[in-house]
Amino acid sequence: MKTNIQAKSFVLSWVLALVVFLAGATSGFAQIDTNIHAATKNMESHIGDKTGHAYGDGQGRPDAGVQLYRRYCVGCHGAGGDGEGENALWIDPKPRDFTLATFKCRSTPTGTLPTDEDLFNNITRGFVTTNMPAWNALTEQDRANLIAMVKAFSTRWQTEKPGTPIMIPPETPANIDSILHGRELFEKIQCWKCHGPEGHGDGPSALTLTDTKGNPIRPYDFATGTRFKCGATNQDLYRIFMTGLDGTPMPSFSDNIKPEEAWDLVHFLRTLQVSLKTPELTTFQTWLKGHPNTLKPIGQEVPPGA
Amino acid sequence: MLSEVIGFKRLAVRLLPSSFLMLSCMILSFIFIDAKPAYTLPLSHSVPVRAIPAFARKYGLPCSACHTAWPELNFFGLAFRDRGYQLGNERDSPIWQNPSFWPVTARMTPNWHRESTDQQLTDAVPGNPASGFGPPGTVMQHGFDLSGMDLWLAGTLYKNISFSLLPSSDSTGTFHFENAFVRFDNLAGSKWLNLQVGRFELDNLISEKRFLFLSANGGFYQNYHFIPLGDSNTFGIGDNQMGVALQGHSSNSYTRYTVAVLGSNEGGVGFTNSVTPPAPANNFTGRDYDVFLAFTQGFQTGSLGVQRIQPFIYYGHRPTIFNQTVTGVPIPGTGSGNEPFYRVGVQSDFFLGKLEFLPFFQHARDNVHLANSVPSNTPLSPGMQSAIWNGGFIETHYYVNPKLVFTQRWEIVRMAQQGNTATPSTQGNIDAYSFGYRWYPIMFSRAGLAWHMEYSIVKSIGMVPLSLNGSGLPPLTSTTPVWSSSAFVGFDFDF
Repeated sequence: MKTNIQAKSFVLSWVLALVVFLAGATSGFAQIDTNIHAATKNMESHIGDKTGHAYGDGQGRPDAGVQLYRRYCVGCHGAGGDGEGENALWIDPKPRDFTLATFKCRSTPTGTLPTDEDLFNNITRGFVTTNMPAWNALTEQDRANLIAMVKAFSTRWQTEKPGTPIMIPPETPANIDSILHGRELFEKIQCWKCHGPEGHGDGPSALTLTDTKGNPIRPYDFATGTRFKCGATNQDLYRIFMTGLDGTPMPSFSDNIKPEEAWDLVHFLRTLQVSLKTPELTTFQTWLKGHPNTLKPIGQEVPPGA
Repeated sequence: MLSEVIGFKRLAVRLLPSSFLMLSCMILSFIFIDAKPAYTLPLSHSVPVRAIPAFARKYGLPCSACHTAWPELNFFGLAFRDRGYQLGNERDSPIWQNPSFWPVTARMTPNWHRESTDQQLTDAVPGNPASGFGPPGTVMQHGFDLSGMDLWLAGTLYKNISFSLLPSSDSTGTFHFENAFVRFDNLAGSKWLNLQVGRFELDNLISEKRFLFLSANGGFYQNYHFIPLGDSNTFGIGDNQMGVALQGHSSNSYTRYTVAVLGSNEGGVGFTNSVTPPAPANNFTGRDYDVFLAFTQGFQTGSLGVQRIQPFIYYGHRPTIFNQTVTGVPIPGTGSGNEPFYRVGVQSDFFLGKLEFLPFFQHARDNVHLANSVPSNTPLSPGMQSAIWNGGFIETHYYVNPKLVFTQRWEIVRMAQQGNTATPSTQGNIDAYSFGYRWYPIMFSRAGLAWHMEYSIVKSIGMVPLSLNGSGLPPLTSTTPVWSSSAFVGFDFDF
């Protein structure tokens, strides 16, 4: 009899605990609930043969992108996708605000929406020198679902179409002529004012720069960087300054320089990566040894009245 | 040998369908909880489990970014660990951290638990040993308790150089170093060359240090620690070992390998098998080295997730003879007469959306001298032979969402060949089942809290349960099954 009472009490205590837990769990989930537009709830993404879904995927997974977003993204990008997650205060640079649908790394012209592949590549690659890691450990399907979720935070994706990716012509030879011409461009279009004469990110304007949300932003330091924010190859570097990094002071130069000139600028920028000892740097240093004191320092201001 | 193979196949066939059935019955089985009176030792064999909010604080990521349900790692967490606790965004070196950041985590679990073990001999009249032993009965104990505590420091010393230092205590505050290692990543610029030196967990795909069970009977894998009765070997594939490991991985860690050379000391210190010397004389170690090999491959299967599989083998020796002083005291670290043993098997991690299956199979063999605790220079008695056994489990997790997970595990160990032909064939066999859930009421990047409920029941034939529950005595006969159960509720927190 005593054992019977003990057994009932024991089972009852577990059942009660389960009830208490369920009651608590329901309210607790609100903490990371995502807030997206009803109109964009069923947003999709298309990457290759994969279709990502923010909500219903029609295959019994009503919360494909939402669950993933909760798990991986909400801490920085926020429940509303506005970049105001709990960690945003401590993060520099700040997390992307998806409600603006403005993205730095794109293959499309400045001011346009990126392609789904652009966003997929961003998630896969992560962003160097930021808190955004490479999520390549996630399955491609999960990343596709996350892209759909990112798009669900802005109605821009319903009213606009992504831009057409820019054409990148074949790379020209990285010879000394190309490098020297690139150096001229670097000075002419005033890259140095932000990135500094040596590419250290310490140009005269560097400390005054802010992004479109008013957050301070530092220019890229070519000297120490091993990767660029939007990739690591010469093609990536070409794409960066021909599309610009939307939302930052880095503009698109597609209207200022011709495609072949852009390759010259790429080759010169590679010489600024002194920590990598790039082939372009070797070519440039070899030339400099044979031509001492030939080049005027970049950004040398003419004294007033001279 | 044939019997071993047949036993292994039978094991696989039995485990698979039963696991599905048990999961579906998981909730209902609450009402069938054995409620016999019981008694037990406090969590003596449960394994502390790991999670590192220090990393979450460092990188501003929520627990769920790296853990399916902490402390179990997900794909991203595994890749992060494989990179040497680095995200790889050129901000991993401590020089980029706020000077006040200290990579330390503390974890403990205040709990209430209830333990029950039958077939235990106790005094006939309670409190009066002079009354002699009564018939074997059930002893029960329940009450509030503490788990052990982890005080874990882990992080990067420099780019591509990381460390882990884990002083861990039992519930009384007696500390030992659960792990302590330094790791060098991306040697020669290759992610396929990473070197780890010190005391560390073997590269088990199904990590016992990061799993989701805490109770005295369910808080460890039986297969990771099982040793046949009378065997002098103390090896457990779930035990942290001391040595050096060469590891490599693909960029997403779907493909991984580990080659480890380990001391024959069970991760012990001071030339003993113990992490807190002085150790008993029979825990002294030899002068030999073991080898552990593991290879993991992951496959993407669309919306189902990533499926991973890992074959592994551990081959080692243990000494059976020790040099002694003139007064007959064994000298630590002088073991000889090394005799071999091995563990070989496969572990997997399968996802069906929110449902995760963790199947594990292992075949094990201990040399005849180890199996019978006979020095190698001593003649064997008739009937003595190697000990061979098979074992496995299927663990299942259902992730309702990042804050709620239901768990269950069914596990068996079967002797295929006893160390002595006179031993009953079933002695040492184990059946174990555990289920429960963990709910994480908060989920952010500063700390972790989990409400943990679990029930576990184990049947071991002719031996004391590995949990050491009850009075710790074997049953009266070698064919008698001993049932031991645990119920556990607690708040698992780390900061």
